[in-house]
Amino acid sequence: MNTVEGLVNQIQGLSTTASDVLSLQNLLKQADDSLHAESTRLFPFLDQLDPSKHSLGYLYFLEACTAGPVTKEQAGSYVLMIARFITSCIAEQIRLAPDKFITVCKRFKDQVLLLEEPLRGVAPMLTAIRKLQSSSEHLTALHPEFLLLCLLSRCYKAGLSILEEDVFEVDQPRDLFLFCYYGGMISIGQKWFQKALELLHNVVTAPMSTVNAIAVEAFKKYILVSLIHHGQSPANLPKYASSVAQRNLKNLCQPYIELANSYSNGKIADIETYVEANKDKFESDNNLGLVKQAVSSMYKRNIQRLTQTYLTLSLQDIANRVQLNSPKEAEMHVLQMIKDGEIYATINQKDGMVRFLEDPEQYKTCEMIEHIDSSIQRLMTLSKKLNGVDELMSCDPLYLLKAGRERQRFDFDDFDNVPQRFNI
Amino acid sequence: MDGEDDAPKSLMEEMYANGIEGVDDAPSSSTSTTIRKNRPIISGEQLDIEAYAALYSGRTKIMRLIFLADHCDNSGMQLEALRMAYDELKKGENTQLFREVVQKIDGRLGPNYSMDATWCAMVDRKADQRKDKLESELNAYRTNLIKESIRMGYNDFGDFYYAHGALGDAFKSYVRTRDYCTTSKHIIQMCLSAILVSIEMGQFAHVTSYVSKAEQTPEALDPPTIAKLRCAAGLAHLEAKKYKLAARKFLEVGPELGNSYSEVIAPQDVATYGGLCALASFDRTELKNKVIDNINFRNFLELVPEVRELINDFYSSHYASCLEYLGNLKSNLMLDIHIHDHVETLYDQIRSKALIQYTHPFVSVDMRMMADAFKTSVAGLEKELESLITDNQIQARIDSHNKILYARHADQRNATFQRVLQTGNEFDWDVRAMLLRANLLKHEYNLRASRKI
Repeated sequence: MNTVEGLVNQIQGLSTTASDVLSLQNLLKQADDSLHAESTRLFPFLDQLDPSKHSLGYLYFLEACTAGPVTKEQAGSYVLMIARFITSCIAEQIRLAPDKFITVCKRFKDQVLLLEEPLRGVAPMLTAIRKLQSSSEHLTALHPEFLLLCLLSRCYKAGLSILEEDVFEVDQPRDLFLFCYYGGMISIGQKWFQKALELLHNVVTAPMSTVNAIAVEAFKKYILVSLIHHGQSPANLPKYASSVAQRNLKNLCQPYIELANSYSNGKIADIETYVEANKDKFESDNNLGLVKQAVSSMYKRNIQRLTQTYLTLSLQDIANRVQLNSPKEAEMHVLQMIKDGEIYATINQKDGMVRFLEDPEQYKTCEMIEHIDSSIQRLMTLSKKLNGVDELMSCDPLYLLKAGRERQRFDFDDFDNVPQRFNI
Repeated sequence: MDGEDDAPKSLMEEMYANGIEGVDDAPSSSTSTTIRKNRPIISGEQLDIEAYAALYSGRTKIMRLIFLADHCDNSGMQLEALRMAYDELKKGENTQLFREVVQKIDGRLGPNYSMDATWCAMVDRKADQRKDKLESELNAYRTNLIKESIRMGYNDFGDFYYAHGALGDAFKSYVRTRDYCTTSKHIIQMCLSAILVSIEMGQFAHVTSYVSKAEQTPEALDPPTIAKLRCAAGLAHLEAKKYKLAARKFLEVGPELGNSYSEVIAPQDVATYGGLCALASFDRTELKNKVIDNINFRNFLELVPEVRELINDFYSSHYASCLEYLGNLKSNLMLDIHIHDHVETLYDQIRSKALIQYTHPFVSVDMRMMADAFKTSVAGLEKELESLITDNQIQARIDSHNKILYARHADQRNATFQRVLQTGNEFDWDVRAMLLRANLLKHEYNLRASRKI
């Protein structure tokens, strides 16, 4: 009791200046075990601490409090407390103990799920991420948790703001896998297929030493989304994918590869029979909806091909060529595609004809020029960044060591030994 | 007055009709009315087997007759071919083929054309005797180490095996003479024999290599030999489906060939193969320069006037009559042992070329007139055009409602903008993914490094 009270006093006292906070942190680290030992009795002390001023101390206490198993009633109160803490804490203080903060937030997520109200966790988690990140390019362990909550609460739009940022720094590869996988699922939900492809591609081609389940599931979705978006599945993983992935992923996703093959043959009847036959497998992976979308995208692809060869075509002919059942269905499909902006056409209902038009974009408008200009700017910044990383890498001693050993030797001087060890 | 009005109208009609009434214009296009001294052998009418077989000699005659018998539907022709094959085989020493032909005849030609076992036994015995003799001679020469005699010995062996149908052994024997060839004449002789056996065996890879070997000894090459080598090369390319190269080779064959290569190919074949391959693979300038204006080749084309006519019709855009000639020739071409499996491909290529050439000068084409010119229905024509457009061989679009084909030229400026934006996006994506992966690798490496230390 005394130690705890003493600790509370010190927290209240030492939470003002930065140097004080550092010494406080040392104290707290030493006192951590004793806090954990008395975790059941810490609850009332939390009222004495103000989260907006004594964030670090509050964090330690909170972490110790929630360490044990939590019942549903307790969960409710904890959820409120943690949410309030997250919204009001000071970012610099909690960044001194990121692991604790992450643990607290994870427990928060668990409790929110226990209460079956994932929606309550979405906003606080977003704030938590913002406070924890050192920059917008930094991926923390909380990102995938946040996306999971968005998925479970079907609150996709909240996730989009996180997804729009580019991620360059990663703490743990596992975070990245989960983040990209969940991000891919959210993008699919929002029909943002290009982004989904990017994210899933990142999972599938990330360096990994052994195949993990996340990569396998991501690969399955990747095949389906690329069928929907591009009309063809990736034949082979690119060379920079890890050799483990290249060898094993295809074997583990056999039904999907077969689906992609029958898609490329272009016969709708074949692909539908295949889907019927393997319905259970797709359903058990929760991919049946995507599979159905892929099949319907086949019609779209066939109609798009027709725009390349025909200027006008009767609805009956369209129905025949695309293997639809009636001109009415063909009309529905074409209408939908015109609305979605996937083709440019006009339907003449009197003659039952569709007239395909050229893409009216003339690339002469102000908006287009702005678009091109901003793209150029973006790419130039990206290019500079790439150069920066390259320079950093060229100065890296380990790299120089390896490059030095393997360089070509043209002169006697080249046979000097490259220094084996750098003392830094 | 009326004359003036009629003239431009009939000209217009002729321009659109493209060959239906154009037959009157072409000087010697109708073969049925003109009487000729030498009746063309490969023509639209039914094949005259005797005349056809008379063009060839040696083993190829027998093989062609057997092929004819296997592939033609008319049993009269079949029996005729088999009878001639039997007679020819009796003059030679190939008992294996003899047995095959007898089996095919199956007694249908009467007792004169049944299995003559005594003859077979006699031939086989003689063959064994001759073989022993040749072997002992060859051994004698080998001990004497006289190059010329050894070469002759192997050559004789090769001839012997060839006459008896053991083609593999014949080839090996001929190739063995190579080490004992002293003059370039010997080399040419060896190459020609090897080429002959390879063609009979169907191994055209050897043909190409031996042709090039022979062509590398220019001193002993006289014009007939050059012509023979070119024919062989052309045949090899034809089998390899390289129609353009085959056409070029056949077109270079000079008139010195005459009938000197009847063990392999007849001049009519040179004309047919060369003409069809050229039509399927050359563009207009090459067709004009190498085929129509080619004086040497004209002599060959005289032997197959239908092929000459169809090439001229194609060049002058009379597609209907050109395709009509092609159709007539088809049945006879299917009975030819070298070209039968290429006929479909060549015909498709010629037809596509005709379609493309037809649409090329126009901005818009009425598909009904085009269908008349090509003697198909509008629906069929539409399908053919659609596949050509999808393959990007015609730049056009079909107005299915009014049945008009409109030429369409891609807008370069828009296409460039589109490509630019797309490239930018791809670059963006690739670089971001790459930076991410680099970061992951660095992280892993740091982990490993920190674990080591």
